[in-house]
Amino acid sequence: MNTQTATKAKKINFTQAINLAMDEAMALDPRVILMGEDVADDQGGGVFTATKGLSSKYGVGRVRSTPISEQAIIGAAVGAAMVGYRPVAEIMLMNFIAVAMDQVVNHAAKLRFMSGGQTKVPLTIRTATGAGAGFGGQHSDMLEAWFAHVPGLKVVTASNPADAKGLLLSCIFDDDPCIFIENTLAYGVSGPAPEPGYRVPLGKAAVAREGSDVTVIGYGPAIGHALAVASDMAGDGVSVEVLDLRTIAPFDEAAVLASVGKTRRAVVVHEAVRKFGVGAEISSLIHERLFADLKAPVQRVGSAYAPVPFSPVLEKAFLYSREDIAAAINRTMER
Amino acid sequence: MKDAIGEVGQSVLLDIYRRANLIYQADEKFRAMIMGGQLQIIYYSPRGQEILSAALMAALNHDDYLVTTYRGVHDQLAKGIPPRDLWAEFAGKAAGTCKGKGGPMHITHPETGVMVTTGIVGSGMPIANGLALASQLEGDGKVTVVCFGDAATNIGAFHESLNMAQVWKLPVVFVCQNNLYGEHTPQAMSTGCKELIDRAPGYGINAIQVNGNDAFAMYAAAREAVDRARRGEGPTFIEAKTFRFCGHLLGDDSHYIPAEEMEAAKAVDPVPAYRKALLERQIPEADLDAIDAEIATTVAEAAEYALAAPYPDVDEIRFDVLDEEIAA
Repeated sequence: MNTQTATKAKKINFTQAINLAMDEAMALDPRVILMGEDVADDQGGGVFTATKGLSSKYGVGRVRSTPISEQAIIGAAVGAAMVGYRPVAEIMLMNFIAVAMDQVVNHAAKLRFMSGGQTKVPLTIRTATGAGAGFGGQHSDMLEAWFAHVPGLKVVTASNPADAKGLLLSCIFDDDPCIFIENTLAYGVSGPAPEPGYRVPLGKAAVAREGSDVTVIGYGPAIGHALAVASDMAGDGVSVEVLDLRTIAPFDEAAVLASVGKTRRAVVVHEAVRKFGVGAEISSLIHERLFADLKAPVQRVGSAYAPVPFSPVLEKAFLYSREDIAAAINRTMER
Repeated sequence: MKDAIGEVGQSVLLDIYRRANLIYQADEKFRAMIMGGQLQIIYYSPRGQEILSAALMAALNHDDYLVTTYRGVHDQLAKGIPPRDLWAEFAGKAAGTCKGKGGPMHITHPETGVMVTTGIVGSGMPIANGLALASQLEGDGKVTVVCFGDAATNIGAFHESLNMAQVWKLPVVFVCQNNLYGEHTPQAMSTGCKELIDRAPGYGINAIQVNGNDAFAMYAAAREAVDRARRGEGPTFIEAKTFRFCGHLLGDDSHYIPAEEMEAAKAVDPVPAYRKALLERQIPEADLDAIDAEIATTVAEAAEYALAAPYPDVDEIRFDVLDEEIAA
């Protein structure tokens, strides 16, 4: 977050930040429309109340509660986007996007290219997910790697409310389809409120904490965990730099290489299952470009290779932890 | 049904004739070029479905939106895409509608309202709703037509889309070009209901079943649905019955279609049948011949243009992926 433009006194949480971003976008541009299950006020303003008040302010023509039909929701958003609208489609939970993958992968992502640039799809898909609350195997998955692997999509997530507002506004006014991932457990987490109009550019990482011994690269709630670990380890004499990607795809390669070029050690952290995750791509890039400079192999931290379990004991065992991050940092420091 | 065209007059009849014969001759040329090795493409011939598409598109305005499917060359030509631009795209050339990046299954040409051609069965319908939603919000009076085959009525997107269109009263017309076979499987083997129009009451949607190979009936059905949508009275599902003579894709010998069924269909081939109907209406044969000759020239020139045109620069792969160019 850019602290210069953030108001220090006022705080907002993620829900408020996301609501404010959409409110601001709708006020700015009459072609910003919202659609999703229960998003209008008569239906509760969204299951996480992220759209609360918006249908009352802008009308149910622009803030539409939909049938539970994810293909139809994304498809309608794609079509409207192609002819000048800037739809924000809420897919309640990230696992439900699986129902609409054809629209996302075969259409939203590719129509610009397949039409030779004649059409574009300025669509934002907001979706919530995250393990840790006992939602089990079909309401908690972090699926960002699926989307990051599809050329034509942008994948974005925030580690704090100000970034959430700034990134969501940038997604809405970006001319490409953006998947904006919200964390189910983080909606109530507060942080400094940004000033009106605050935007965070897509594709730009932020140094959340400066350090000189090792870079921890992550996004979303992993940044909070990394900062806590960095703070703890400072006492042990380990200087940890934390890099918040903010945009997962296309990610800020220059920022990653600059930071790791400086620290010569790296740990990549995400909640998603470690195997075949975004961390593998980042780790590979670092090895390809900085192999000779590295003091230790890049370490990856992620969740276990299993569906998200229900039992709290199993769910905790599934999830990555601060201890995992600290252990990974220590592995790089052994050399 | 005759009256629907009778009121509009002879110009509509000739308009349909022109569109249908452009499809007919273009298809013939495409098949010849593929078989002759001049084009290397997977080709889904529209042979047999020309009249349906020509009559449907004649009922649309130039700027109405069309979403179609991989068997879509009849729809694209009938909607008005210049043949040479289309041909160049089929040949993978830079001068193609999509700079050679889409190909035969992914034709887009917004100037003529052709917004999406999808290679995924049924997937155009959700997007058509979005185009129609934009028109509804904008109040621009445009109608969106989405074409798909009979097999697409068995895919989830069909159900989600018809339901949403009806709930939101969208200005969209769902045109099922029912050629009775989904790839190699006959309708009765893949579909529980007897007639596809039987599905419509489940969504509360207005529906019309029509012989798509009868230009007069097809035009009347299309007019009714399009006018209704334009008046803001909501969507219509049209089941237009037709037949395909050249298999699912070129090279398929239609072995799964009983010979007597194919023969019966060919006996009522809609293209010569329509010409005959026009002659019976005292339209001079010389006028029709003149149209045929003009189209033959257009098609020959389009094919020649496409073959001679240059391929895209390989650098083109970095553009149109995202808004910003991808680094080399």
